[in-house]
Amino acid sequence: MKTSAPAGPAAATGGTESKARSRGRRRAPGEPRAIGYLYILPALALYSAFLLYPFGQSVWLSLLHWDGLTRATWAGFDNYRDLLTDPALRAPFAHALLLLVFYSALPVAIGLLLAALLSRDRVRGMTFFRTVLFLPQVLAMVVVGVAWRSILAPDGLLNDTLRTLGLGSLARPWLGDYDWALPAVGLVGTWVGTGLCMVLFLAGAQRIPRELYEAARLDGAGPVREFLTVTLPGLRPQIAVALTLTIVAGLRNFDLIYITTSGGPGNTTSVPAYEVYHRAFDTNQVGSAAAIGVALTVLIFALTTAVSRLVEGRRP
Amino acid sequence: MGPRRRLPLAVWITGLALSAAACVPGTDGSGAPVPGTGAGSAVPDPARAGRTTLTIWDQEIRGGQNDELEQLNEEFENRYPNVTIKRTARSFTDLKTTLKLAVTGANPPDVIQANQGYPDMVAFVRAGLLAPLDNYAGIYEWNTRYPATLLNLNRVSADGRRFGTGRLYGISQTGEYIGLYYNKELLAKAGLEPPTTWKEFTGGLGRLRRSGELPIQFGNLDKYPAIHTFGVLQDQLGAERARDAVLGRSTGFDAQDTTRAAATLADWVRRGYLPKSANGLGYEDAAKKFAAGEGAYLLTGTWQLAGLKKTMGDRLGFMPPPPADPGGPPVTTGGQGLAWSITSRARNPEVAAAYLDFITSRHAADVMTRNGVLPAVPGRAADRVPPQSADGQMIAGWRRLSAADGLVPYLDYTTPTSYDTLSESLQGVIAGRLSPERFTTTVQEDYDAFRRAQRSQQPQPTEPR
Repeated sequence: MKTSAPAGPAAATGGTESKARSRGRRRAPGEPRAIGYLYILPALALYSAFLLYPFGQSVWLSLLHWDGLTRATWAGFDNYRDLLTDPALRAPFAHALLLLVFYSALPVAIGLLLAALLSRDRVRGMTFFRTVLFLPQVLAMVVVGVAWRSILAPDGLLNDTLRTLGLGSLARPWLGDYDWALPAVGLVGTWVGTGLCMVLFLAGAQRIPRELYEAARLDGAGPVREFLTVTLPGLRPQIAVALTLTIVAGLRNFDLIYITTSGGPGNTTSVPAYEVYHRAFDTNQVGSAAAIGVALTVLIFALTTAVSRLVEGRRP
Repeated sequence: MGPRRRLPLAVWITGLALSAAACVPGTDGSGAPVPGTGAGSAVPDPARAGRTTLTIWDQEIRGGQNDELEQLNEEFENRYPNVTIKRTARSFTDLKTTLKLAVTGANPPDVIQANQGYPDMVAFVRAGLLAPLDNYAGIYEWNTRYPATLLNLNRVSADGRRFGTGRLYGISQTGEYIGLYYNKELLAKAGLEPPTTWKEFTGGLGRLRRSGELPIQFGNLDKYPAIHTFGVLQDQLGAERARDAVLGRSTGFDAQDTTRAAATLADWVRRGYLPKSANGLGYEDAAKKFAAGEGAYLLTGTWQLAGLKKTMGDRLGFMPPPPADPGGPPVTTGGQGLAWSITSRARNPEVAAAYLDFITSRHAADVMTRNGVLPAVPGRAADRVPPQSADGQMIAGWRRLSAADGLVPYLDYTTPTSYDTLSESLQGVIAGRLSPERFTTTVQEDYDAFRRAQRSQQPQPTEPR
């Protein structure tokens, strides 16, 4: 289909510009406007059946008190009010936001650093390094969880290494330590996310015109200045993508917690996604679980929108 | 994306939310059969039921348990060729997460394994999803087959609010209890005999520690194992009081017992009787370490026996927690396997009842024993197990516990939230973050909150039909 005339849905949902154009122009002959809906119908049907409908149902459930079995009763905004007032529900959100430092900020920062180093000069065996650093991204989160659970065990690889290095006093039961469990789980997230960020940034850096670097160098910029004035602005879209992906991954983090700590010790590593599961399946608080889920969705939506506005620079 | 795009999306979502809102989820409990159902008083004959398919959902997927059940299912089908068993076996967690949808769905299984306690069994009963079995208990003489303590754990009050009393909603195949595993070699090396009293056991811990051994292996990363350890400690101070509290027959756990037991737990960690890194060590990892010779004792359930024996062979010994006096009645945390229940919409409840009777019969007990599984009521095969083997010790211990009525139900049965409360606070006690006194208060608050909620709902309006 070569025609440039936007089909129905594009016109309906597209920006102002395309709307104005479609109004001013006649449609391509012989092509009924409504057929556009038919083109998107398969995707829309799937999307509705598997995403929009369940989401609507979650919203509805979050307004009820329901144990999953007996007749539900109307709760209004009780479940949402509990999110703000119940410390047991506020804690998981606080933990999730703290985990974003490890899941999002650190991977992006390290990814930028690696990309800056690797893209400056030709590194021998570049493909190899890239593959190795990207590998965690390929593994299923369950596998990552099982592996790190054993690395962080009291007699695991990490503590053994520390003891071998004479740093035995630093060894601790990482996942069972009240102060260290959350950072320990967070660093696993850093390990997973860094490769993805780096690969994104490397790809982005290759698209930055060489002339900009040459110009910067002619102007006497050092590596730092070069990074700040050329690489960083050039990578803006990639940084936005990386932040969005890692924020979403960090906030919906369930598998890692489920496998490593189950929210413990105490509730120091409880996160919203785990709490959704726990309440829905273990303690028969389906309404509350749904409210957490909806709140989490809103939070993710808000943060990713903020990223696309602030970092990517898109205007509303 | 601009707001122009988001608006229709929001409209979509609202629209879908409203369409989903068209029905209030859940049953109103009207599926509950009238009290005292289970036709007549004659023993049902499945052979006369015509072609029947019995759908079963269970979680007996571990080695011996799976083998035992497979064999019994086959025998049942051979005895009644008109009956076909359709079995769905899942892990405990998988069963727990899918069972609710299955029993409320359009095509519920006939027989299910329900986990005792408020979140599962009591919730099912309140929703009218399980059939009471009292009538069958009379016909098949389950009331005399099982000790009352065990049978009570499968009872739920008629109003579906209380656990441990009321109508019978299931029977269990297997027994289980928290016992003391010991490594014979390590004890001998430290110059210790297997303890015959609780004092002897605790007294030997220091000696083991001094001889450079880890006295008790323990891993609590998975949060629940401490409930078992703590339960055993609490039981030694007052098993009867603890049992009354779990079953809601008192105003709460005895504060002194609870504080002292928690203090002992914290003390054992401080002294190095339990590993200091317990909160960071997985439950199965701890069992593996014990099997590999790290730790003289391991306090955990009978379900670990088969696995430990495979690695340790004759070095493994097992007993209920030793009693206060030599040869005295032992007490411990324990109970029975998940209850086998009949759903209230089972197509042929009589065949289901006959099946339940068959898999818990004396013959079934022997099949279980031969597969290394502890039957709730041991049969003749159990007598032939060498008494000095770990299996023999386990069976003998179970008989002593049953005879002395020494079982205290799992503490997490107490309230719908006691699992979370106990597991989280005990991690705090072990880490030295939560004082024993504070722990007792936390447990009592959980208890009080639940009783208050129960009372406020008590004069329950009769549900509309």
